[in-house]
Amino acid sequence: MSAEEIPYTVEPHPVTGVYNGKLGLWLFLASEVMLFGALFSTLVLLRVGAADWPHGWELLNVPLATLNTFVLIGSSVTMVMAWASLKLDDFGKFKLYMGVTVLLSFVFLVVKYFEYTHKFHLGISPATNNFYATYFTMTGLHGLHIIGGIVVNLYLLFPGNALWKTAPEQFTNRVECAGLYWHFVDLVWIFLFPILYLL
Amino acid sequence: MEEKIYGYWLPIDISTHGHVIDWLINWLHVFMIALFVGWGVFFVYCLVKFRKGSNPHATYDPVKGKVSKYVEIGVVIVEALLLVGLSMPLWAQFKNDFPDPANAQVVRVVAEQFAWNVHYGGKDGVFGRTAPQFVTSDNLLGLDPDDDAGKDDFNAINTLHMVVDKPIIVHLSAKDVIHSFKVPVLRLTQDVIPGQEIKVWFEATKTGTFDIACAQLCGLGHYRMRGQLVVESEEAFKTWFDEQASEIETGEDDFF
Amino acid sequence: MAEHSHNDSHGHHELGFWRKYLFSIDHKVIGIQYTLTALLFLLLGFSLMMMMRWQLAYPGQPMPWIGKLFGNTNMPEGIMVPEFYNQLGAMHGTIMVFLGVVPLAVGGFGNYILPLQIGAPDMAFPKLNMASYWVFACGGVVMLISFFVPGGAAQSGWTSYPPLANLATMGQTIWLIGMVFLITSSLLGSVNFIVTTVQMRVEGLSFFRLPFFVWTQFVTAFLLLLAFPPLEAAGVLQLMDRIAGTSFFLPSGLVVTGQLLEVAGGGNPLLWQHLFWFLAHPEVYVLILPALGIVAEVIANNTRRPLWGYRTMVYSVIFLGFMSFIVWAHHMFMTGMGTTISTFFQTTTMIISVPSVIILTALALSLHGASIRFTVPMLFALAFIPMFAIGGLTGLPLGLTASDLHLHDTYYVIGHFHYVVAPGTIFALFAGIYYWFPKITGRHMNTVLGKLHFWFSLIFMNGIFMPMFFVGMAGVSRRLYDQTQYAYGAQVQGLTAMGSWSAWMLGLAQIFFIVNFILSIRGGKKVESDNPWDATTLEWATPTPPPHGNFPETPVVYRDPYEYSVPGSDKDFLPQHVPDSGNSTSEPASADD
Repeated sequence: MSAEEIPYTVEPHPVTGVYNGKLGLWLFLASEVMLFGALFSTLVLLRVGAADWPHGWELLNVPLATLNTFVLIGSSVTMVMAWASLKLDDFGKFKLYMGVTVLLSFVFLVVKYFEYTHKFHLGISPATNNFYATYFTMTGLHGLHIIGGIVVNLYLLFPGNALWKTAPEQFTNRVECAGLYWHFVDLVWIFLFPILYLL
Repeated sequence: MEEKIYGYWLPIDISTHGHVIDWLINWLHVFMIALFVGWGVFFVYCLVKFRKGSNPHATYDPVKGKVSKYVEIGVVIVEALLLVGLSMPLWAQFKNDFPDPANAQVVRVVAEQFAWNVHYGGKDGVFGRTAPQFVTSDNLLGLDPDDDAGKDDFNAINTLHMVVDKPIIVHLSAKDVIHSFKVPVLRLTQDVIPGQEIKVWFEATKTGTFDIACAQLCGLGHYRMRGQLVVESEEAFKTWFDEQASEIETGEDDFF
Repeated sequence: MAEHSHNDSHGHHELGFWRKYLFSIDHKVIGIQYTLTALLFLLLGFSLMMMMRWQLAYPGQPMPWIGKLFGNTNMPEGIMVPEFYNQLGAMHGTIMVFLGVVPLAVGGFGNYILPLQIGAPDMAFPKLNMASYWVFACGGVVMLISFFVPGGAAQSGWTSYPPLANLATMGQTIWLIGMVFLITSSLLGSVNFIVTTVQMRVEGLSFFRLPFFVWTQFVTAFLLLLAFPPLEAAGVLQLMDRIAGTSFFLPSGLVVTGQLLEVAGGGNPLLWQHLFWFLAHPEVYVLILPALGIVAEVIANNTRRPLWGYRTMVYSVIFLGFMSFIVWAHHMFMTGMGTTISTFFQTTTMIISVPSVIILTALALSLHGASIRFTVPMLFALAFIPMFAIGGLTGLPLGLTASDLHLHDTYYVIGHFHYVVAPGTIFALFAGIYYWFPKITGRHMNTVLGKLHFWFSLIFMNGIFMPMFFVGMAGVSRRLYDQTQYAYGAQVQGLTAMGSWSAWMLGLAQIFFIVNFILSIRGGKKVESDNPWDATTLEWATPTPPPHGNFPETPVVYRDPYEYSVPGSDKDFLPQHVPDSGNSTSEPASADD
């Protein structure tokens, strides 16, 4: 079924002002808020109920995580630039900015890899105590979301970009939706970083 | 005289607080049945009067009348009254109005798969310290062998003896999974959660032997996690208690 | 694939077997896939229960005829072992809720009917729709596999409370993985339903002209969207506990079968309960709302008059959806809860009974002044009303902590929720099947078999669940392999046996339905028109069965959904899409009402 049969796939709905994919993505993000919200609530409940709970800055690598925070924020900026390039009809710039976004995402993952393996070498794992259990689980789930975003962005960067030639507006919308998801993943990190590392 | 304890509705009530619960349950069911019958009569009336054969042309306009609104408001008021007037006070009493431990019987019940360990503090009335690392098959309570207070404690496994007409405080804990301490004749249910010690209190008004059950799925033996509540006179309890205590002294029974 | 412009004639090439029947992106095919899969799971879940009922009625006795088929681990000499009983119990609940009722009510009926009732050619995201079905199907396969691993299936209740579930055999891990699939499927579906309803209503179909069925699916989609993620999180945490050795739900100092558990500890079993019930309470409204929607449609159609208080019903269902998020801890009253929290949850629980009562009363009041046709779907829809009433009323003693002290985790609870879900929701789903079967297949189901199915089901449903209130009042706990171990359980064992016989008779009664359903697909009486029930809503305005794209001409809506017996009209129904002949009160409203 082509896009034309389903109304408002590309053009926005006159009342809601959004096309279908965008509304769908916001709803999906609402469910993601509930998912990460449940995990943050878990952290609060376990921490408040614990006799003692270490400070994040005692045990975790704050400088590396700070770097990662800037990396992720940067990737959000380049993601917006990628979308804006498409809006300005500059496919070349889109490829550049999307490429940088993906690159920065990999940097994030590599940093996380070093963080994790450093702990594993010290014999620390999620099973060590609940501080590490929540640290690994929450950053791990966040990391899975980063990987998901990388997969989508790589698809848009390479095979998916064929749609630009046949339906440029629809392709731009797809990039916009991917960007919304990416900003959300960035936002989760903005909460994770202080709560896990700085408190 | 064999009094019937259990029937097809509520069992006999042997607790001091049970009559409030029974009153609530019974009058609530009267209310529920009244609502059901009321609605039901209207329902059947409509099915008969407005079946196609009797009423070939339906009425477009909705039926007017305030009865349904008043019934709804009445339902809300009754619910509110039961909540505020009965349930909340009873719950507050159950949760907050604990008897003074000096005047009450005190017992620890430690649930495990699949038994109730009933820990009595022995002649000195003081509970010995327990910890998980001391648990063995002879020491199910995990009594610390270095704690003198625990030397006279005993474990009346699966049997909770108590004196009639005297309040009792039961400290509930669990060793492995969630269990639930349920005694129908006391109208009592309390989940027993590992990692927490939860206390309940009650007072029995009749002597006899009654069932304790586990009311939270705890594994393959959940169905046979049965205990006995033995409510007896002061003398009978003292006889039993002294017997248990002396067995500990003489080393006849070193099973905790 | 090159773009091609669309007009009435489809430029599609013929799809092969796989793309047409198995991997279709047409919401109607997907709806049928969900329906058939869910019906099979309902049958399986019911069969598990029929086995349990043997053990309940005749504890420790070998099961006749089929007992020896289950092997020496589960049923040596044909006698069920407690572990197997617990597996049957946990999987009965899981399968009925997550693989049976919800996929049928939402995945089946929602997918097929919702786009039709709003005049849409399909769902907003057809490929996502297909994905959601296949993820569900995979989840179902995963759940089935769990029966065959060492230790058997999950056996800690569908509620999977830790520490018991943490310590359970491999089947519990597979259960958790299965749940991740099912939750994902549900999330994909709920996004689709909401976007479709908001964006793709045809001209004139404002929100307050939507059929009540669409409203219930819409609110249900929000419940699924927002309530499931915490359970997904909890599932991840329990998987971490079981696989990675964490202690999210394990406190320190556990001693299991005499051994000190070597874990870090510091966890909290109640954390699971909060996360679980945060989903599972809205989940029960997911179980009932689509049913209310179906019942409303069938009642409006078979009373030949508009639903009483449509707007009130809509506001009630929205309020119900919102309230369903703040009652969850009434499942946890006995966990050591103090006065403040219990007061909050008792109050919200009492409040949430109000919109349910309003909706049920509105449905009953719709009968007044009606001209009732006792068709087979109408029989089921009518029976729903008193059955759901019993279920709802018996929630009251459970929602007050004082009475819950006695009734918590007894058979009274089982009776309460089964009345709502079994002669409640499942009857509504049967009503829906008998009602929409002619549109989907072009044939009627047989009326005589339908009435036999109805009457026997009604009698035996009550035979199973009414005794449970008495068994529970007598004090008998849930999930007991053998209640006769207790004096009070032995006393009411007769009622339990009666329940078992009713269950087996109910199983036999379903044969009328199964035979009817299968034979009518090809051999039922052909419909005489595209709208055999003379209904008003848009799904009846399509050819029968609806083709790809649904409406040859996009409909326009001119009036409210249930304009039956309008004074001054020559027919006793005015379909939504038929323009009026000059009456000034019906105009296409703007789409943003």
